[in-house]
Amino acid sequence: MILRKLKNYLFLCLMTLSGVAVLIPLILIITYVIKMGASSLNWQFLTHLPKPVGESGGGMFHAILGTLYLVSLGGFMAIPLGVVLGTYLSELGKGWMATFLRHAIDLFTGIPSIVIGIFAYVLVVVPLKQFSALSGGVALGIIILPVVTRTTEEILKLVSNTTREAGLALGLNRTQVIWHILIKGNRAGIFTGVVLAISRAAGETAPLLFTAFGNSYFSYGLMQPMASLPAQIYTYATSPFEEWQRQAWAGSFVLILLVLGLNLSTRFFMRQKS
Amino acid sequence: MKNIIILGLCLMSFSLGAITKINGAGATFPYPIYSKWFSEYQKNKHDVEFNYQSIGSGGGIQQLLKQTVDFGASDAPMSDEDLKSAAWPILHIPTVMGAVAIVYNLEGAPNNLKLSSEVLVGILMGKIVKWNDPALKLLNPKVDLPDKDILVVTRADGSGTTSVFTDYLSSISQDWKTKVGNGKSVSWPVGVGGKGNEGVTGLVQKSQGSIGYVELAYAITNKLKVFALENSQNEFVLPEIDSTSQSAASLTTKDFSGDLRISLVNAKGKKAYPISAFTYILLPVKQGNVQNKEIKNFLLWALTKGQKFAPELHYAILPKKLSESLIKKITQLKD
Amino acid sequence: MLAIAIIMLIVSLAILLFKLSLPAISKFGIGFIWGQVWNPISEEFGALPFILGTLTTSFVALLIATPLSISVALFISEICPKKIGHIIGIFVEMIAAVPSIVFGLWGIFSLAPWIQNSATPFLKSTLGFLPLFQGPSYGIGVLAASLILAIMIIPTISSFCREVFRTIPLQTKEAALALGATRFEMIKITILRPSFSGMIGGVVLGLGRALGETMAVAMVIGNSHRLAISILAPGSTMASVIANEYAEASNAMHMASLGYIALLLLVVTLMVNGLARFIIWKWSPKI
Repeated sequence: MILRKLKNYLFLCLMTLSGVAVLIPLILIITYVIKMGASSLNWQFLTHLPKPVGESGGGMFHAILGTLYLVSLGGFMAIPLGVVLGTYLSELGKGWMATFLRHAIDLFTGIPSIVIGIFAYVLVVVPLKQFSALSGGVALGIIILPVVTRTTEEILKLVSNTTREAGLALGLNRTQVIWHILIKGNRAGIFTGVVLAISRAAGETAPLLFTAFGNSYFSYGLMQPMASLPAQIYTYATSPFEEWQRQAWAGSFVLILLVLGLNLSTRFFMRQKS
Repeated sequence: MKNIIILGLCLMSFSLGAITKINGAGATFPYPIYSKWFSEYQKNKHDVEFNYQSIGSGGGIQQLLKQTVDFGASDAPMSDEDLKSAAWPILHIPTVMGAVAIVYNLEGAPNNLKLSSEVLVGILMGKIVKWNDPALKLLNPKVDLPDKDILVVTRADGSGTTSVFTDYLSSISQDWKTKVGNGKSVSWPVGVGGKGNEGVTGLVQKSQGSIGYVELAYAITNKLKVFALENSQNEFVLPEIDSTSQSAASLTTKDFSGDLRISLVNAKGKKAYPISAFTYILLPVKQGNVQNKEIKNFLLWALTKGQKFAPELHYAILPKKLSESLIKKITQLKD
Repeated sequence: MLAIAIIMLIVSLAILLFKLSLPAISKFGIGFIWGQVWNPISEEFGALPFILGTLTTSFVALLIATPLSISVALFISEICPKKIGHIIGIFVEMIAAVPSIVFGLWGIFSLAPWIQNSATPFLKSTLGFLPLFQGPSYGIGVLAASLILAIMIIPTISSFCREVFRTIPLQTKEAALALGATRFEMIKITILRPSFSGMIGGVVLGLGRALGETMAVAMVIGNSHRLAISILAPGSTMASVIANEYAEASNAMHMASLGYIALLLLVVTLMVNGLARFIIWKWSPKI
């Protein structure tokens, strides 16, 4: 008995310790980002276009909007698709095609983002002979897709069969069960996958380099090159000038806040609905 | 508030209609000066928008060949094969000059230690491994060099900086030329690799006893210690804007009339810093193209009024002879 | 229909990579996999250092991140008060949004010096007899890359595990407690065992990210093309060499070899994921 209690105690301690341990690197990174970027983070940063070296002020307004635009574009293409595919794999997925698809989706999560960028480049940019927001959206969509699919599949698989059977017993057809019971009932879980996928996509630089390309100006056309925060951060963080580096850190901070805001607001929205 | 934003967007879309948009891509090295230039240029000419993205020299050349951009930019000149496969003839227009500084981090040692070309090659080949090697001591007799390992830090990613640096090493050492060679990425005999100039800078700053090579601007802004390097006239020269400009001083108008893909490493001249290079804008020769015409107008400005912005961003300006012959060349092109 | 479209997309990606790498495949053949030389100037290419680098960094990262992520997920969902757990959960998900480059720069300026000055002496004094921990440390290297990767994949694994744990009905947990189980036993029996397949799913997702992560790894791994046993030594991964050299590939064969590496990375990913699927199939408790 004492041994059991001891084990229990030890285990709880270990869990708590790891809970704290995981927060350490996060806190270290975020304080580092703030320390480096705080002096450049102001209202102007959020509302102005960049300025060249040597001129004070200037911001990343266009890049913030660009990132929101590109991520929405990618999400718009990939999230419905991912949920449908995940549902297919979990509910109907039998036979060689499902197996193949499952492996293929796994494969996609491991492809370096730069290769996905090259892929979207060949697929969209080269035929149109133009860098465009569209191609950037496609690249981010390909990054978002597998995470959403995989999460949806795993979450739905965990739903016990009795739940499905209860739905069917109530006279719902297969589609209704899937939509009303499985997807709507597990939207919190699916949502986690979506948030993770979007957070990852929002922070990606490499796939945008050869697709959305970047823009020093504000742009909103689907067929125009478009700026994005990570690309702008990358350019500025790797420059030799301190003021640009500080702006890069401020940009990183904004990016993290942006994802946090997205996360919180959707969570809030979902809670209101349910 | 919302209405104002919408109104603003509408106004913007109206005003955008008349603007000529020009996209360019290429080298990272000149990005700060180009963005300065474009912003200054636009102050007097509101109807053009230059969007330059630093995706790397190789990327710039590739995109120019694939016709996804209106102009390219590169630190290393294009190869003959690339030039042949282009849809239009492509002109190399040097815009500014840069230098590669050999930097080091050694506690207690003064700045500007002397370094000869043979010793440099020896270190990079792994033949000289200690800071108190007799060869280094001979060059710096007054300095008490410690018994410490030398850590060589190189660029891991393919880059124009590496290309210029290995071009220099190949020009001074037959051994290097045959065993390692020159290019944007080479197989380094020793050392660790950092990604980008900032990566190399970070590693050198953090590692005692390290030696690395970075673009001049990174050495200056990060206050790294730099070597005074032996040039072709056996003078020890510091990497500075003036000494960089000096390496193109010995070129004559005749040199400028032909192919402008000129290597500047180990140039003649007592004050010339030996690891210097041009950075180019790659201009496709098109006719009846609005964008192309605007690029030419911009280049004419950059080669004259634009040059004065270079030194404050740690770039060396072009010799007058060169910019004059470039201007002649550009104005002769048909629109 | 959709499934077919996705499969087409993937097949076209594979064809694209194959076409890209054809010159390298026909020149080096299968020997590319165990070739140890990578020299763009003499056009000799081999992928072994990168394959091993990818496997080592991903493995070490998983070794660190998996237990940590699972216990964090348990901590949030089972142990600490709900409100605090919620906040910690959001914090952990925020890690996923930190751009790779920020991880990289932080790695060089904060993590690497710490490894060089604190972690390495400790590792050497305790485990120094293993060849894994020998040789000089520059701070950056395989270990630094693995640590960064571990931090990067923790949100993926732990968020996923939390969702899996959430599906366990409260009654089951209460039943276990009512039968006199301690919290530890309750967690072991009613949560961990039935969630096994789901947890592996989360680990596979994390692994996917670790295998494909480029920018941050490229900045801290040291990018040496030489083979080394020690995890303190600099190394290279398949993704990092692609990211480093793709934009500035010096000749056609260089480009093709990078394509070949991308193709091999697909194969490695496929095998590793297949293995994970196999584990799920083999060991998941049959209900």
